[in-house]
Amino acid sequence: MFKQLFGLGKKGEESPNPAQTPQADAPQSAVQEDATGGLQKLKSAVSLTGKALVGKIVSLGHADGRLTEDELDEIEETLIRADVGMDMAIEMTEHIRKNPTIHSQDKLRDFLRSEFSGILANVPEATRLKHQKGKLNLYLVVGVNGAGKTTLIGKLANRFRQQGEKVIIAAGDTFRAAAEDQLEVWAQRAQVDLVRLDKADSAAVVFEAIAKAKAEQADVLIIDTAGRLQNKFNLMEELRKVKKIIDREAPADIVYESLLVIDATTGQNALRQAEVFHEAVQLTGVALTKLDSSAKGGIIFNIAKQYHLPVKLVGVGEKIDDLRDFDPHAFIDALFEL
Amino acid sequence: MFDELSQRLQTTLMGFGGDKQLTLENIDEALKDVRRALLEADVSLRVVKAFITRVKERAEGEDIIKSVSPSQQLVKIVHDELVQLLGGENKPLHLDTDPAVLLMFGLQGSGKTTTCGKLALQLRKKGKKPLLIAADVYRPAAIQQLISLGKQVSIPVFSIEGSTNVLEIAQGGLQFAKENGHSPIIIDTAGRLQVDTDMMAELLLLERITKPQEKLLVIDSMTGQEAIHVAETFNSQLGITGIVLTKLDGDTRGGAALSVVEVTGQPIKLVGTGEKMDALEPFYPERMATRILGMGDVVSLVERAQEAIDLDEAKALEKKMRRSEFSLEDFMKIQRTMKKLGSLDQILGMLPIPGMNKETREMLAHGGEAQLRRIESIINSMTIAERQKPDMINRSRKARIAKGCGMKEEDITEFLKNFDMMRKMMKQLTGMTDDMKKGKMPAGMKMPKGAKMPKGAKMPPFPGGGKPPFPF
Repeated sequence: MFKQLFGLGKKGEESPNPAQTPQADAPQSAVQEDATGGLQKLKSAVSLTGKALVGKIVSLGHADGRLTEDELDEIEETLIRADVGMDMAIEMTEHIRKNPTIHSQDKLRDFLRSEFSGILANVPEATRLKHQKGKLNLYLVVGVNGAGKTTLIGKLANRFRQQGEKVIIAAGDTFRAAAEDQLEVWAQRAQVDLVRLDKADSAAVVFEAIAKAKAEQADVLIIDTAGRLQNKFNLMEELRKVKKIIDREAPADIVYESLLVIDATTGQNALRQAEVFHEAVQLTGVALTKLDSSAKGGIIFNIAKQYHLPVKLVGVGEKIDDLRDFDPHAFIDALFEL
Repeated sequence: MFDELSQRLQTTLMGFGGDKQLTLENIDEALKDVRRALLEADVSLRVVKAFITRVKERAEGEDIIKSVSPSQQLVKIVHDELVQLLGGENKPLHLDTDPAVLLMFGLQGSGKTTTCGKLALQLRKKGKKPLLIAADVYRPAAIQQLISLGKQVSIPVFSIEGSTNVLEIAQGGLQFAKENGHSPIIIDTAGRLQVDTDMMAELLLLERITKPQEKLLVIDSMTGQEAIHVAETFNSQLGITGIVLTKLDGDTRGGAALSVVEVTGQPIKLVGTGEKMDALEPFYPERMATRILGMGDVVSLVERAQEAIDLDEAKALEKKMRRSEFSLEDFMKIQRTMKKLGSLDQILGMLPIPGMNKETREMLAHGGEAQLRRIESIINSMTIAERQKPDMINRSRKARIAKGCGMKEEDITEFLKNFDMMRKMMKQLTGMTDDMKKGKMPAGMKMPKGAKMPKGAKMPPFPGGGKPPFPF
């Protein structure tokens, strides 16, 4: 089973993901990642996580005999430190404790790999960003304040425009000071159209943007929204309203994604974010931003496990092309390549 | 703030109530739970370990096993140690030099620019003449954002259009401040990762040139295990003088707060608690620890109330209540004041109500907010005359109001009936308090002095208890 999962599809030429649902089969991946450059960036972004998480745990393994209680504690703590969450840390440590046959370095590595890849595979949604030529592809981008929504949108718009698509961005963050100006700069950099109605409510902007996308037969519409903490009831209501407008105004045959943007440095609150935003706008995936510093990213497993949401995009820097498709196989490969 | 952590600790420590005595063995059990709670709250592992060791030493040293109420004793020790860990007492900003320079920095998206605006407003309210310097030349429209925040709170923002040289901007800003007598000077900088050596070098240069009295690390309260590395690196390179903890109005457990203070040895001086420009508060370790243990934060509420409530207006309202002249207009006024205090959820969170956990609080708050919104829409559909004298509302007026707010006529009738009831109740209540002031026991009330509400009782959402007057 383990070999089946990982023996195939090395590097860029990826075979179909076992977790993909039928709906994911039709649309092609948005970008065919070049096997070297793209993977290299992702690798360097996660190699630190790999060292701190996998490397550390595997190094504790014994050729002969059992792990001591202290070593098991260290395994648990290593998992906690990587932000995978308490439950998963305890569960995995318990499993190791009860199965002395996996206390060797090789077996520990195998165990971690099958656990982690199993978690990432077990999501109902397509694991790559949905996109289909000849249709309107609509991406609603939501998240808490400061998660990196606007930057992600700039990068995403640029990517689609480079593929020759007609892209429109909707400046739906009408609340934060100069949010629209920030998006305007990104729209210029990416050379795409921006719909902004200053001092209007975001629902009005979305309405306008969908009308424009329909009239001009755009390929891609990306909707920015104001950052909001998920426990603000009224702000979440406003988001529901935006979703309602999309449901009502957008053509029936669009390709649609609701993406939650999560800052990779976020701790366990990311779970609450996933839960509440999902409840409000039915998320289809997560974009993980700021993954380009030290040992972060364990939260990916936690979100996949608890909310069955796949990470689809990863931000690895501040430049306009610092955006990667998240490929669970490549991620696991990078994590275990020490 | 810290809601979930407080619940965990409560459950853990409550387990020792009743007949269960603390022993050397089960102290370890209890502390394991505390450890778990802290870790789940994102407190960094290293900090948790140190904390647990300290609590254990104290618990054993104080002969907790023999004490009458071991659980209470343990709560107290955990509480005290939390206060200690959070920095002991409130540490204000040092602004005694002229000019005082504050350098703000942190990761991308932590809330620096917003905090700069809030801080400038707060300082101006204290009679200072602050200047903001826009030195984030990297993030698109960051300067525009600061200028626009400055405009909102009427505070000048220094920037150099087209310049990407932060040192030039900082020097220009200091010169401008000198010429125009501005102090303190708040410098907003670009977000940067602590591992980005070029950007950290830029910050160091900026620090050399501006010689700030306060070097404030702005950190998102939702940060996970990474908090410890962020705080450590910024501190070792720049020698921070304080921390601003942002987005504390979220539902994060906020363990990052404990981590950053412990690893830097520097205090949290301010906390961001909302999107409004006045949502910046001093950090009080004592209150925060109290809050962690679910004891409520009445002091904060009282302080906020003092700011939000206009005393003269309150007196006028009281008079009206007494004479049963309380109108719907007055009701709306109270609603608006309540909103200034915070959301219902926030207010309830600060009250030490027994049996109130996060779920019931959210339920009450959500139900209550929805109810208030309905009431608001009814009142908004009335004419001013109707609001002043609800008695004049007849059948046809009712029909019009119902249409205006999209409800049924019966809803309006019910609402008016309840409002009338409330008005009568108010008159009674104000009468009662008058009697009490005169030292008389009000009629119909038999409560021994010092009596408290029974444990587990919930505070009725409206005076009079039982069924709320507004059945929405």
